[in-house]
Amino acid sequence: MQRRACALAILATGFMAGPASAYMAYVSNEKDNTMSVVDTATMQVVKTVNVGQRPRGITISHDGKHIYLCASDDDSIEVIDTASLEIVDTLPSGPDPELFVLSPDGKTLYIANEDDNLVTVIDIENKKVLAEIPVGVEPEGMGVSPDGKIMINTSETTNMAHFIDTSTHEITDNVLVDARPRFVEFTPDGKQAWVTAEIGGTVSVIDNQTREVVQKITFEIAGLRAESIQPVGVRITADGKKAYVALGPANRVAVINTQTYEVEKYVLVGQRVWQLAFTPDQKTIISTNGVSNDITFIDVETDEPVQSVTVGALPWGVVVSPNLNQPN
Amino acid sequence: MTSAVPGTLAAFLCFFSLTVNVPGALAQEATGKQPAATAKPEKKLTEIKIGYLRAYAPQLALSVLDVPPRDEGVAGGNVAIADNNTTGSFLGQKFSLDVIEVKPDADVVAAFQEMIAKGDRYVIADLSVKQLLSIADLARDNGVLIFNAGATDDSLREEECRANIFHTIPTRSMLADGLAQYLIWKQWRRWVLIFGSHQRDQLFAEALRRAATRFGGEIVGEKLFEDTGTARRTDSGVVQIQRQMPVFTQDLPEHDVLLVADESEVFGTYVPFRTWTPRPVAGTAGLTPSAWHPASEQWGGTQIQNRFAKANGRRMMSKDMAAWTAVRILGEAATRTQGADPRKMADFIRSDDFSIAAFKGQKLTFRKWNQQLRQPIFLGDNRSVVSTSPQEGFLHQMSELDTLGVDEPETKCVLE
Repeated sequence: MQRRACALAILATGFMAGPASAYMAYVSNEKDNTMSVVDTATMQVVKTVNVGQRPRGITISHDGKHIYLCASDDDSIEVIDTASLEIVDTLPSGPDPELFVLSPDGKTLYIANEDDNLVTVIDIENKKVLAEIPVGVEPEGMGVSPDGKIMINTSETTNMAHFIDTSTHEITDNVLVDARPRFVEFTPDGKQAWVTAEIGGTVSVIDNQTREVVQKITFEIAGLRAESIQPVGVRITADGKKAYVALGPANRVAVINTQTYEVEKYVLVGQRVWQLAFTPDQKTIISTNGVSNDITFIDVETDEPVQSVTVGALPWGVVVSPNLNQPN
Repeated sequence: MTSAVPGTLAAFLCFFSLTVNVPGALAQEATGKQPAATAKPEKKLTEIKIGYLRAYAPQLALSVLDVPPRDEGVAGGNVAIADNNTTGSFLGQKFSLDVIEVKPDADVVAAFQEMIAKGDRYVIADLSVKQLLSIADLARDNGVLIFNAGATDDSLREEECRANIFHTIPTRSMLADGLAQYLIWKQWRRWVLIFGSHQRDQLFAEALRRAATRFGGEIVGEKLFEDTGTARRTDSGVVQIQRQMPVFTQDLPEHDVLLVADESEVFGTYVPFRTWTPRPVAGTAGLTPSAWHPASEQWGGTQIQNRFAKANGRRMMSKDMAAWTAVRILGEAATRTQGADPRKMADFIRSDDFSIAAFKGQKLTFRKWNQQLRQPIFLGDNRSVVSTSPQEGFLHQMSELDTLGVDEPETKCVLE
């Protein structure tokens, strides 16, 4: 009952503001080679865009004008204009790009190339490869510090977080974490990096000064076997107080108090939840639920699931436009 | 008779020295030819030598597609060595694989002693039960850990288990249980069983019988297919088989699934589509349980498949995965213990902290009571993966993976 009331409240807010002032969420659908465009106010799919093969990692330029999308099986990154929703350009990416991160100044993309044990650094404006950095086996997670000085890559079979100096493109530290590290997220103050380990079932919190694991967060859900808890995506609120961790086949998103490192809640979403994105106003966080082919809107204030919306087949990543009034 | 396998490893390491520009250390050492002088002297290069002892002779198969690759297993070990060395480059560790081959019925003691003399403290074994047991005590007395990546025999994990032997390849009972769970999930409960006349065929048949009892299948009829020593493939053989197999299966009682136990490749491949009644075939032909499937792309599998195919020019098989996993376990132990002390590495592998990721959707651990690696079982035909077991609904108080194979309360193993 409470959930429905909450959903109605949010819907009402959306309608009052009018559909024109919505944020747009862009969801990469790995299986059917599409990107769903979802109005975050009405929580409806407004358009489905055909993209390259096996779309996974997805991000957006700071001005909201371009979406960058890893088309893994096409070995390229597609640039999609958010006004026309057309693919307007491609960037060189190195083979099999899966996940990437945009530098805080918006000029550089750091890309994990799974098959070649490399991180590729791309100058977006000139479409040039600036560097290829050898890392551990199966690079995947990519994070960049808020000041842009440190980039982290996680390698899934080597089980390390590689700290890379963005000015020299050299690895400065290798921090051992648990099995199959999938994702890394800096805290907004840049003091910590949170690294998930999918098979290890943990989150390692790494101090960015000492480059040591200061906390290891574990999960326990009654009625679920430990092996099904597989942390992947992480997002931390702008005020740095709460962290959200997608738990894969546990079908839940964990809400963690970043001061105590305690899990305060498990939010039931859809099946095999992998990635997360906040709306810019931080009122909502959206999860991609691969196996159930939907995304779930979670209210950040109450940590209640508000609504699930069917998108394409095997939704993988999600990003939300930074500004209102995105045309559709 | 021993023979060294030529330098695939050297090729691997050279490849890595080109591609891995190791920060702060040791790119050159990866060629194996440079001394340990480094840019950062605080990082000393640690060598971890792994032996690979295998019984090999060319084998025949009913289908030319099923003839085992020359380097089956070894190729997987080499890919794991390369993976370990990428990780090792950050930690100052260098892994190498030293392969020795013997004939399937040969004495392996001399070859094993040679490995000990070379300083191998870890040996991946792809040997028969008899061969493996002949070196077990020698291994124990010399502090050598053996990883069985070839023999599926349950006896090696039961009455003949040894404290210094770990098993990364699943047992026949794990394979049979994985298959049986799926058939029960499908509600195909009535089975007939055709088994070959060689010992290994009979062992797999026995595992299938045990699985039927465990999960509620019923074997309503059985038939022995005697190996009369005919040629595996002949020019006009297909014509005869098309006529013979229906007749051979005509007198079987009504059933849902026809199970085949023919590890020896005498008749199994000839069963599907040639039976008297139209029924699915499973076992060593048709729907087959395995430790790995060459087409598995789930759980990051695409990455190991690509890496393996690029290095070896063929698809990855079960034995390749068992060897890859064994070498990766040693890599993981060296990483986590930050060194190459065999005692510390063995303690880590035996500890509660140990687990390994091997593209099977969950962490894999060893059964403490017999040192068998817990793992899901793939079920597939020769094109694609049909399912993986354990199946939904087969519950266990400790780990659902322990619904596959011999569980702790039933074990005959006593580790000293």
